[in-house]
Amino acid sequence: MAESLARWQFAITSIYHFLFVPVTIGLAFLVALLQSSWYRHEDPVKLRLTKFFGTLLVINVAIGVVTGLVQEFEFGMNWSNYSREVGNIFGGPLAMEGLLAFFLESTFLGVWIFGWDRLSKKVHLASIWAVSVATMLSAAFIMAANSWMQHPVGYVTNAVTGQPQLNDIFAIFTNPVFLWSYIHVLLAALVTAALVMLAASAWQLRKRSNESFVAAGRLAIVVLVPAVILSLFVGSELGVIEAKYQPMKIAAAEAQWNTCPGHCSFSLFQIGGGNNDQTPTQIIQIPSLLSILATNSTNGSVEGLNQLQAQDVAMYGPGNYIPNVFIQYWSMRVMAYLAMAILAIALWGTWLIHRRKLADSKVFLWIATWAVILPFLVNTAGWMLAENGRQPWIVQNLMLTSKGVSPSVSSLEVWISLIGFVGLFAVFAVVDAFLMIHYSRRSLEEADATLDTQSVGAGEVPELVY
Amino acid sequence: MTLGQLWLLIDVVFWVGFFVLEGFDFGVGILHSFVARNDVERRICINSIGPVWDGNEVWLIVAGAVIFAAFPLWYATMFSTFYLALVVLLLALIVRGVAFEYTRKVDDPRWQTTFRWFLTVGSALIPLLVGVALGDLLHGLPLDSDHQYTGNFFGLLTPFGLMSGVTMLALSVLMGANYLTLKTTGELHARVAKLSVTAGWVTAVVVWGFVTWAHLGLGKGFVPNVTEVIALLGVLAAALFANAGAEGWAFASAALGVAGTVATFFAEMYPKVMVATNSVNSITVGNSASPSYTLKVMTIVAVVFFPVVLVYQTWTYVVFRRRLGGGRLGADAALDSPSSPAADPVES
Repeated sequence: MAESLARWQFAITSIYHFLFVPVTIGLAFLVALLQSSWYRHEDPVKLRLTKFFGTLLVINVAIGVVTGLVQEFEFGMNWSNYSREVGNIFGGPLAMEGLLAFFLESTFLGVWIFGWDRLSKKVHLASIWAVSVATMLSAAFIMAANSWMQHPVGYVTNAVTGQPQLNDIFAIFTNPVFLWSYIHVLLAALVTAALVMLAASAWQLRKRSNESFVAAGRLAIVVLVPAVILSLFVGSELGVIEAKYQPMKIAAAEAQWNTCPGHCSFSLFQIGGGNNDQTPTQIIQIPSLLSILATNSTNGSVEGLNQLQAQDVAMYGPGNYIPNVFIQYWSMRVMAYLAMAILAIALWGTWLIHRRKLADSKVFLWIATWAVILPFLVNTAGWMLAENGRQPWIVQNLMLTSKGVSPSVSSLEVWISLIGFVGLFAVFAVVDAFLMIHYSRRSLEEADATLDTQSVGAGEVPELVY
Repeated sequence: MTLGQLWLLIDVVFWVGFFVLEGFDFGVGILHSFVARNDVERRICINSIGPVWDGNEVWLIVAGAVIFAAFPLWYATMFSTFYLALVVLLLALIVRGVAFEYTRKVDDPRWQTTFRWFLTVGSALIPLLVGVALGDLLHGLPLDSDHQYTGNFFGLLTPFGLMSGVTMLALSVLMGANYLTLKTTGELHARVAKLSVTAGWVTAVVVWGFVTWAHLGLGKGFVPNVTEVIALLGVLAAALFANAGAEGWAFASAALGVAGTVATFFAEMYPKVMVATNSVNSITVGNSASPSYTLKVMTIVAVVFFPVVLVYQTWTYVVFRRRLGGGRLGADAALDSPSSPAADPVES
């Protein structure tokens, strides 16, 4: 019971945290681009846009940072046996994140927010770039730690204690799962932030036809198109790598119960399915696509869940090694299909830019506004696919999730914390959504007033940012 | 010195850094609801820490992450032991962090008052709770032979732990008062300068009680540790300097008092890092340190990058060194910013 609750808590707090993370990573980059453009061309529109989207960035960072704290604490609070067993490996990237990335991000974000009239233009621009670099560095360390759980490398098992011990830090940072998933996450962050920027711009263009937002919308689409295409490609390559190291994850994503020798087809939808239904009704099968996705070859074979289960029982002893198939199957599809929808919107937008009609197509602007929901669903589905697919392992083939939980923490205590976090997170989700929408709908002139001298008592007190 | 000892020392440096830097942020967060007479003064208080509080909070994160990487057993036991206390701590960190950014984002008195109190209460709860936890580490808690905590939430509220919490809270208020004295002008400055003196004397009494309990009370003999002497002298000097109007010295002395107090927790229990009531079950540097490879990697990373962090964090204090306040604005604006680069091209 305490274990399931701890898993629920970790899942909820991680998914919640990752609503804000990609916006922060992507928007810091986009705001840095806008400010660079202003720095170079002295175009006042770019400065206004920098402040407009900078405000959204700051609103978003506030929650992103504090929910990340919850993650760091939870390893020790809820997963103490995991932490003591592998902390010498897993803790390293986390400590490095704090020292190399988090200090940089927090310090220079403060400098950037308060530094508009304190710093030279060049140093002020450098500070937003420092923030952007820091957010990407931060993601690198977290993804290195996470990838170690997906595919543990760079350790030896202590002959006396049986404990895994770090013996090659470079292996941690050259882990193929890390390299591909890190790029995948960065691209997803760019997609997310570009869609946030596009949505705000589209809303503004529909309501106000302020030409400045054509520039913002164009920047969003210019970033979005390559990011979403590369993200699809990298994601599919990541699937091939995972099929090698975590075959259960991929077999479950396709509900492939029995090994398919080659030319395995991919089902668009199925009715039924799940861990107790090995023969769901599969609808519209695309020949050979699964083989391509899992092995990069039309003739590749895909191992089945039943065969993998038998292998795992032989290797690791009796137990159920099959993840929740329903979650795997559908999270994979939600991710892929919605990413395709994003691609379609991106290409449509590109065509409108080409025709110089971005501000005129009411239908596109309406869809682009609502499309802001899509990346959050895609990201969430992607993480569910990655994390649920690792179960029942907390570290793939090395440590079971059930062995990682804190023995001294009772179910009651986890209930209390779960209710506390969910309650507070729900409140702040509403507050954040309200503020993001409110500040996305302000006119560009209003945005100008924030982030430096605020309009209190006309110049009485300067730089009242808070 | 073994690598384990080195990393304990590094971790103590992070705890000290956290309580010195974020200490005055907490103090300002608490005090701004009481010393400021109007909205402008409240904003001056909060803006005095605005550019730096987030960077300061990272010291806590790194202090925790260092324990995770360098002393996994200690991290695992400590964080699972203090479970519910840490939940409250996290909720406080969340509402306080969000309050900084959100208070002024909506022009509504009820909204602003709500977030202001989030900030005030959060700022008080965090040093209090972390102080209780540090006190408990030194006082001792029931751990079994597997180093798992066998008590419940109420078992964490040891009298010495509570005293430690109050001590860290008092020190934070002292730091906040001294910081505001350095950063403000006019009437507000006069008020916080006076408060620095009072806070100095009150905190001196609290710290005296704390060091006496930590040393004599926990049976460590009569002659105090050097950290305890530093703690007490630092706070006393803070009160005297504040009384004499030597604001910079008062602030530095208070920081020394904080450093001595934080170091006392670790010095008094060394080589233990988490005392068990049944002493053999205690967690020590020796039984919790990571294998030497991990510590070597961490040492290289820290030696290369920590000085860089110190340089740029120090730089931010130089950039934002100016006092904030209504009276001195004209002169300052003329001195510091020839023209507002942000505003000019926009308004043309």
